[in-house]
Amino acid sequence: MIESVGRFIIATLEAVGGVLGLFVDTLYWIFVGPFRNKPPRLRPIFYQMVFAGVRSVLIVFFVAIFTGMVLAMQTAYQLEKMGAVIYVASLVAVSLCRELSPVLTALVVAGRVGSAISAELGSMKVTEQIEALETMAINPVRFLVVPRFIALFFMLPALTIVGDISGMLGGFFIGTTSLHLSPDLYIHTNFKYLALKDIYTGLTKAFVFAVIIALIACFEGLNTKGGAEGVGRATTRSVVISFVLIILADCLLTAIFYFSNV
Amino acid sequence: MDNSQREVIISLKNVTKVLGSVRVIDNVSFDIYKGDIFVIMGCSGSGKSTLLRLMTGILKPDEGNIFIHGRDITKISGKELDEIRRNFGMLFQYSALLDSLDVEENVALPLREHTKLDDHIIKIIVKLKLSLVGLKGFESYYPSEISGGMKKRVGLARAIALDPEIVFYDEPTSGLDPVVAGIIDKLIMDLSRKLLITSVVVTHDMQSVFRIADRVVMIHKGEVIQVGAPEEIRNSSNPYIQQFINGRPEGPIDFFKEDTSILEDLLK
Repeated sequence: MIESVGRFIIATLEAVGGVLGLFVDTLYWIFVGPFRNKPPRLRPIFYQMVFAGVRSVLIVFFVAIFTGMVLAMQTAYQLEKMGAVIYVASLVAVSLCRELSPVLTALVVAGRVGSAISAELGSMKVTEQIEALETMAINPVRFLVVPRFIALFFMLPALTIVGDISGMLGGFFIGTTSLHLSPDLYIHTNFKYLALKDIYTGLTKAFVFAVIIALIACFEGLNTKGGAEGVGRATTRSVVISFVLIILADCLLTAIFYFSNV
Repeated sequence: MDNSQREVIISLKNVTKVLGSVRVIDNVSFDIYKGDIFVIMGCSGSGKSTLLRLMTGILKPDEGNIFIHGRDITKISGKELDEIRRNFGMLFQYSALLDSLDVEENVALPLREHTKLDDHIIKIIVKLKLSLVGLKGFESYYPSEISGGMKKRVGLARAIALDPEIVFYDEPTSGLDPVVAGIIDKLIMDLSRKLLITSVVVTHDMQSVFRIADRVVMIHKGEVIQVGAPEEIRNSSNPYIQQFINGRPEGPIDFFKEDTSILEDLLK
């Protein structure tokens, strides 16, 4: 019993060390590499941006718009009792920008993009493609991790903005139809209580979530062992660990923002 | 030729590698001369692929030294190792082409990464290398669209893209039909004779060994059984070598030891 707990702790610490090592490596190839004649290649970055960002727009749009609608209905249910239905607009906007849009977008991207990254790098690992890169003196972190990291780092906040807007649209739709609020009034209230800090704290979260998704997905992919089954395991682990870390990081960041009054 | 006069390009000195609790490579020493086709043969699991990974620096030995051009690759930084690796080409057992790139991009990859050549010059070099392996005109195919033998040949074109001094081959003929295997063997010989490339070949294809080898080492359970010219190996009185060459199930190389102990356990 104690032995297995100990083994679990050692394995966890090793994995944490591995992910941090990968982070340092990635930062090295982004910031120091260009001065050593090894700039990141642009084409793969754009390719990954299209894959991770552009192709995720539709699913993020749908997830956010329905969340906005649900949020509007649920809060209206409470606020009707106080005759304050008009505040649905600001409540939807603020909770989306600060919390729901960053987290839901990150979860969608972790499921859609993180899993794909792990599966791709994992099958490259088990078919010796990673080893082939190493023997060609091509660093796998620079060649494979950096484009995916940069793409996610910029596309996740961008998708979060898409989520913010779609969610507000969802709220607007419910507010002006079933809650019978006037469109003018709804839009006015929507922005009246929405401060700039609500948006940028949400976006700060998105940047952190992007780092988590990219690092976990690449780490799991590059450390895949044992054939097709190993690839499956790496993909599952990547999604599960990303989900847990995203929620954990969200809780920590919210606490930091709350207690530092940002 | 008198070997003492020749230039040693790779030298292993008392190399030992332990994986888990098994000594996969046990105190192995040999020299590889410039321009030779050096064949490492042995049964599956004898440690030959591990030996190849040690020579390319993917694995580090637990004991001993590996010299390439007189530099000990076990004691250098990753950056210096990468410099040495630029003189390497490697053909992997399953080719290890990048699936996301087409044939042309795969062969061009080392050129794009390590040279500052113009793109149209790179394209010319790629065409040249592909015609060397008989695959001109297949530039725009993806690895999933071509046969195993063709993948091996693309892998070979990629391995020689940077005109390396040393090419490592991991089971170049395994899983290929005899004719394609013969073509690959001929390519290895051509590269070695025409371009003076040193070749290190890991294989257990006996036909191929005697067709291409200048020198052969037989490995069993991580230990060197014998090093020598192909004729010396063929005429060796060593029972391991005779069993291996002739593919006899009975002999000192025994795979069934553990099975009999299971039988004994059952009879207790």
